[in-house]
Amino acid sequence: MSNKPRVAVFDFACCEGCQLQIVNLEEEILDLIGAVDVVEWREAMSEQSSNYDVAIIEGSITRPEDEERLWLIRSRAKVLIALGACATIGGINKLKNNFDLRDVKKWVYGKDAEKPHLNTELTRSVAQVVKVDYLIHGCPIDRKEFTYIMRCILTGKKPEIPEWPVCVECKLKDNRCLWETGQTCLGPIIRAGCGARCPSSGFRCFGCRGYVNNPNINAAKDVIERYGLDVEVLKRKMNLFGSGNTQVTANG
Amino acid sequence: MDKNIKIDVHYITRVEGHGNIKVSATDGKIQEISWIVPEAPRFFEAMVRGHSYEDIQTIVSRICGICSISHSFTAIKAVENALNIEVSKQTDMLRQLLHYSEQFQSHTLHIGYLAAPDFFGAPSVVPLVPKATDAVKTIIRAHRVANEWSDLLGGRTTHPITIIPGGFTTIPTEKQLRTLQDTIRNTQKDINTIAEVVLSVAKNIPNFERDTEYVSIKQTNPPEYTFYHGDIASTDDGKLVPVKNWHKVTNEYVVDQSTAKWTKWHRDSFMVGALARFNNNYDLLTDNAKKTAQQFGLKKGCCNPYMNTIAQVVECVHICEAAIGLIDKILTKGLVSEKVKVKVRSGKGAGVTEAPRGMLIHEYEFDKNGKCLAADMCIPTNCNHANIQKDMEKLVPEIIGEGQDAVRQKLEMLVRAYDPCISCSTHLLNVEFVR
Repeated sequence: MSNKPRVAVFDFACCEGCQLQIVNLEEEILDLIGAVDVVEWREAMSEQSSNYDVAIIEGSITRPEDEERLWLIRSRAKVLIALGACATIGGINKLKNNFDLRDVKKWVYGKDAEKPHLNTELTRSVAQVVKVDYLIHGCPIDRKEFTYIMRCILTGKKPEIPEWPVCVECKLKDNRCLWETGQTCLGPIIRAGCGARCPSSGFRCFGCRGYVNNPNINAAKDVIERYGLDVEVLKRKMNLFGSGNTQVTANG
Repeated sequence: MDKNIKIDVHYITRVEGHGNIKVSATDGKIQEISWIVPEAPRFFEAMVRGHSYEDIQTIVSRICGICSISHSFTAIKAVENALNIEVSKQTDMLRQLLHYSEQFQSHTLHIGYLAAPDFFGAPSVVPLVPKATDAVKTIIRAHRVANEWSDLLGGRTTHPITIIPGGFTTIPTEKQLRTLQDTIRNTQKDINTIAEVVLSVAKNIPNFERDTEYVSIKQTNPPEYTFYHGDIASTDDGKLVPVKNWHKVTNEYVVDQSTAKWTKWHRDSFMVGALARFNNNYDLLTDNAKKTAQQFGLKKGCCNPYMNTIAQVVECVHICEAAIGLIDKILTKGLVSEKVKVKVRSGKGAGVTEAPRGMLIHEYEFDKNGKCLAADMCIPTNCNHANIQKDMEKLVPEIIGEGQDAVRQKLEMLVRAYDPCISCSTHLLNVEFVR
């Protein structure tokens, strides 16, 4: 038996795009495989195990059976990592919570909506169900941030995750403010760490990394007034990635 | 050989999403063969209601991390159809170039990481790293090129941020496109190497056939091996169906064994994906792609579903050549900065593209302010579920004498050959447009 930490990757309701970012480490993934023992990763491997030190969880929780499975994983893992927006803040799946669930099921499955296997409940992030040790934000996650946090975990250091808004990174890049081009950008209230990737490509920040812990609400109010925004429209944009008003912090 | 079989694969591995296989037989008599999809449904069609036409692709891209570019494009095409938005030739060409990158990324991922371990008798690519280091590194290199290609045009590798209804938020420079073209040229060698490696283990691809219907899009004006433009075509019937009539093709229905809906057209089931495109559009492949097919004995009309992975290899060869040619066309025309103009109106529209794993359809309806009233989608893996079930029903009696482990292995390989994207497929719906 090697002394390397045993790592398992699990997924719940999600698009599996964050796991794909681990694969997208390309050559670097060979280093990762060298540093840890990957004992279960359904999307990439057939091996399975109930004995692991670190559990990486992608996806949000939408059914009682998923909650049970998550508790089991939590009880087995020494360290639990929430991977990506679905796991950290609920992600796009949380849009469903804005509707009556019976209506949502009926809309999708019509007369079959009440069949038991089509059951769904309010979407929750992993962090809303069990204790999470580390949060890796984003939709999808940033590959560099993933390797940084993994390195911190393996070397026993505390990762530093930005506590300032995307605007800070955007300004550093000298980007033109997207508000001036007529876009409703969430940069002022969303946690940085992505390198302002979307605004740098000319696309508004839509909030996939969740709110900063103390968003500057007064500044946001000023912006709403200055650009004559419709509050309902803004609310829809702010709810897009399930940021909502749930604030989560990891112990990390 | 023991003819008692009890197979219960809970969450088949090395596929996107969750699927189970159940087979039981006593004394060679089969009691049950089921392909079951227990994936948590995510209800996208319901969730997009009320959102602006501008936010649709950002939401539905999240249906699938592996085909996020195809979902974004299909949504954008549907939005443009609904709002009557025309795009420039330049936008159209750059979009196709970006769309190629996703086919290439997804195919190399499937061939190298998900399917190949079966051909080598390994549980995953990990044990192959020390044994076949060069082959693994070649796959990684090709996969990286595909991702850099998506990155350049889409703003990042997964969930693109540059493509919007009407055009792009930002486009690459001509110099960057020239560099990309060189990179793709260099990658052609790697694709040939990958083809050779797969060929060396191709004897492990099961020899199984079941005649079925193959459905994909087809482009006739001008004729091209298409992933992006075209009408719906079937190997059962020469008539092309425009996307607005897509419900006549998919005929979705709910079954108890699945949270994903099933589909059927002329028969009980049909198949979509690389093999379907190959069977419908073979004549339009490049000569080199045809040669690659020939090396594997893959011919038009092939009805061995396991050969879908080989059709992906063939498409990789084609895509690289087509992309190099497309970049030439873009550069000859020269890039100009374009401003996206959209006039919002009410309307309903549909769009279709080929995702790497098959035909993908979205449809939306908007009010006069561009707010989404209704959405409907048909995802490729949904189209394949019924076909997978029918394949299993024919396959199991043929191989039952080979014993439990071999049956299980071949069934898992069968599902993987379809390159299913199961989390996608649990978002389909056949929605009545209710007001």
